[in-house]
Amino acid sequence: MSLSENLFYFLSFLAILSALMVVFSKNPIHSVLYLIIVFFTLTGQYILLNAQFLAVVNIIVYAGAIMVLFLFVIMFLNLKRETEPPAKSKILQFAAVISGGLLLLVIIASLRTLDPYKIQEGKIKGDIGLVENLGKILYNDFLLPFELASILFLAAMVGAVMLGKREGGERNF
Amino acid sequence: MDNKTLALLALLLPFIGFLINGLGFRRLPKPLVGLVAVAMPLASFIITLILFGKFQSGGSKSMTFIYANWIAIHDITISFSLLIDQLSLIMLSFVTGVGTLIHVYSAGYMGEDEGYGKFMAYLNLFMFSMLALIMGSNYMIMFIGWEGVGLCSFLLIGFWNKNRPYNAAAQKAFVMNRIGDLGLILGVFLIFIFFGTSEYKDIEAFVGAETNPYKVGAWQVVTITILLFVGAMGKSAQVPLYTWLPDAMAGPTPVSALIHAATMVTAGIYMVVRSNFLYSLAPATLDIVLVIALITALLAASIGIFQNDIKKVLAYSTVSQLGYMFMALGVASYTSGMFHVITHAFFKALLFLGAGSVIHALHHEQDIRNMGGLRKYMPITFITFLVATLAISGIPPFAGFFSKDEILMHLYQKSPVLWVLGVAGSAMTSFYMFRLFFLTFLGEFRGTEEQRHHLHESPISITLPLMILAVLSIGGGLIGIPEVFAKDANWLAKFTAPLFTTSQKLNPQLFNHAHLSHSTEYILMGVSVVVAIGSIIFAYIKFVANRTVPKPETEQQGIGKVLANKYYVDELYNTVFVKPILAFSRFLGESFEVFVDLIVEGFGQIVKGLGNAFRKLQTGSIGVYLFAIVIGAVIWIAFNLFIYK
Amino acid sequence: MPEIITKIPLEYYIILASILFCIGVIGVLTRKNALIIFMCVELMLNAVNMLFIAFSAYKGDAAGQVFVFFIMAVAAAEVAVGLAIIVMIYRNTRSVDIGQLNKIKY
Repeated sequence: MSLSENLFYFLSFLAILSALMVVFSKNPIHSVLYLIIVFFTLTGQYILLNAQFLAVVNIIVYAGAIMVLFLFVIMFLNLKRETEPPAKSKILQFAAVISGGLLLLVIIASLRTLDPYKIQEGKIKGDIGLVENLGKILYNDFLLPFELASILFLAAMVGAVMLGKREGGERNF
Repeated sequence: MDNKTLALLALLLPFIGFLINGLGFRRLPKPLVGLVAVAMPLASFIITLILFGKFQSGGSKSMTFIYANWIAIHDITISFSLLIDQLSLIMLSFVTGVGTLIHVYSAGYMGEDEGYGKFMAYLNLFMFSMLALIMGSNYMIMFIGWEGVGLCSFLLIGFWNKNRPYNAAAQKAFVMNRIGDLGLILGVFLIFIFFGTSEYKDIEAFVGAETNPYKVGAWQVVTITILLFVGAMGKSAQVPLYTWLPDAMAGPTPVSALIHAATMVTAGIYMVVRSNFLYSLAPATLDIVLVIALITALLAASIGIFQNDIKKVLAYSTVSQLGYMFMALGVASYTSGMFHVITHAFFKALLFLGAGSVIHALHHEQDIRNMGGLRKYMPITFITFLVATLAISGIPPFAGFFSKDEILMHLYQKSPVLWVLGVAGSAMTSFYMFRLFFLTFLGEFRGTEEQRHHLHESPISITLPLMILAVLSIGGGLIGIPEVFAKDANWLAKFTAPLFTTSQKLNPQLFNHAHLSHSTEYILMGVSVVVAIGSIIFAYIKFVANRTVPKPETEQQGIGKVLANKYYVDELYNTVFVKPILAFSRFLGESFEVFVDLIVEGFGQIVKGLGNAFRKLQTGSIGVYLFAIVIGAVIWIAFNLFIYK
Repeated sequence: MPEIITKIPLEYYIILASILFCIGVIGVLTRKNALIIFMCVELMLNAVNMLFIAFSAYKGDAAGQVFVFFIMAVAAAEVAVGLAIIVMIYRNTRSVDIGQLNKIKY
């Protein structure tokens, strides 16, 4: 087993374990921290797959910005283990796990209907995940979606501000 | 302008007039309304004359103008196209000509009515529909016009719609015409089925070709022609669908003149002549036409003898004259049928307009028992009315003589019995027409003092059309002078001959009559004229010399009572058709409504119950919705991957 | 060419992504805390992202990576709005329990 293989299995194991912990830990803060671990393992997978730019972006955007936002909200609302809403009934939880497992089963089973994927050697270059290459594609082929995304951001910003604004005459905090 | 544009213009101008007056009659000043309404048919008339001239100078070739593809389904195409040939030109000339005169007359007659603008708009719409009927180059365009004139007839009969019996009369006309129209449209459908087209010229070429599978007497053609004739029965008021026409006299008099005498009711004759190549293939249908026409002519004439309403008499005479036209068609003498259509348009329009002038002067008095002696007060109306009465009675040299005699002669060629019956009808015609004339214009005035005080000759806009029509009623017969008087003088027969070449080729037997010697013809003419004069004298003795005033319809005895009640046909229809249908409807309404309600409300209840049941699914709990999403996704993926594949 | 794709078949990545995705689904279904549910949604998104990158690497097509870039951008906007909504809910109900949000009932 080569180093990269070992790394893949290790990272996969860690990702699944942390993902389960995200779901099952009682304290929301712990969930956030486990989620950050998942993101880091996924970043490791990206590096293994030669997607260096996205690996960096993943760290910055998800592990950095988004999770910090989550942490901030949790602390802002002062959510603790004690304020956690009462758990769903056992039957419902069981049903949830069953249906989730069923989904997994269906997806995995559907893999069997596919032929094994053959890599076309020579067509694959090592540098597709670099900033230069992605930038060229982004600003040539995907210029319009890129610009539209900026409008989406503007709308999201306005929306977030409007929603977060305290309504006049009412003090809920 | 080329012919194509001209033809379209002739058709559309009255419609434009209708739009102007119909949309703006509340705002437009009255003189403008009259001007627009009269100018449009006049323009059509002038265009018709131009087209006529171009047609003749262009070698009398029929012209088809295709303006647009109207309906194209599968292998059936119906185009919006007009046909200009001998038949449509003749019809166009007298429809637009007489139509224009009646428009002028209406401007005077209806000028005081509050619905003046609306009335003129309807008249223009009628002109448009009638022109579409005549000019269309296929049965579908004709059907549009056919329905259009039916609609206008309905609107105009019930024009004074605050009067309930008038509305009932309008509905009667409409419903009776629907029955006929059903036959017509079925006939047109069959034409589509058997010929694959509705273009007159294509069908004519089809049956005229060597490969034509439909020989003389083919059941397909017989069915088609009978169905088409059912349509003609409704529109042209033949037995058994004639009772609407006398009731249609509820409309203003110009309407009776234009629609129910001169133009619309002759649409049936036009249609049969248009389809002559089909009718010639179906001698059986022609016999049916002949029998029905004969019954109509005699029945209506006999009813006319005992009517006291001036317009009702004219209405029954119209029905009877239409019977004569169909008799001509029944013996395959299409030209003489058309000839009588034309002359009848002149003198019957004149009679109605004259009657309108009388009614106008007497302030809506229509009972001839309250008239009399109007000769002194209304000289122009008197003279023109006399001309028309002489024309309809078939006294030479007035127009009616030539056309009626041509029909009678063709009847004689078929069978002398028919001729005798025809002459009998003709005798009745001249009797009741002169009865009407003597009671109205001669003798002493029998109305109230107040009416006598107001008696006056009508204004120029009314008398001018009367005078023009009188000239036409005198000279109109000149277009078809019979062979006996002058060789090759029958312009109409020569002009229309190309229309019937296919018919003659298909069924030469039909046109192959024993030739009548000149002396026989003279005798026939002489007899019919003598009979007519005889009945005139009889009428004179009875109503002028003896000063008999007819009894009211309710006091008639014996045969007179039956005739005055119009053979109880209306009552018969009422008992045989209307009452059973009403009873049946009531029966269904009372006994089956429960079941219908059960079905209709049952569906409502089912939907309501299901809604109530499924409403429970909307728990409002996000958790449940998420479950539904996941399970739905699982099922969808499983279905797509393993089952559907 | 990255070394890993010669060693690990593409199916493994698909399975890993499916497992992460289904864990996210289970989280969404079992938990009642709106924030945790939201995090599980992010987890599902990331599973899909990884799948995209795996396909991109195995096929040598950079378009998949550009797509992931867009998903990240949209996800950032989504989180901003979503968290604002959760804060809003908390203000009104003093709770982040989605069980209480059953006002859209029939």
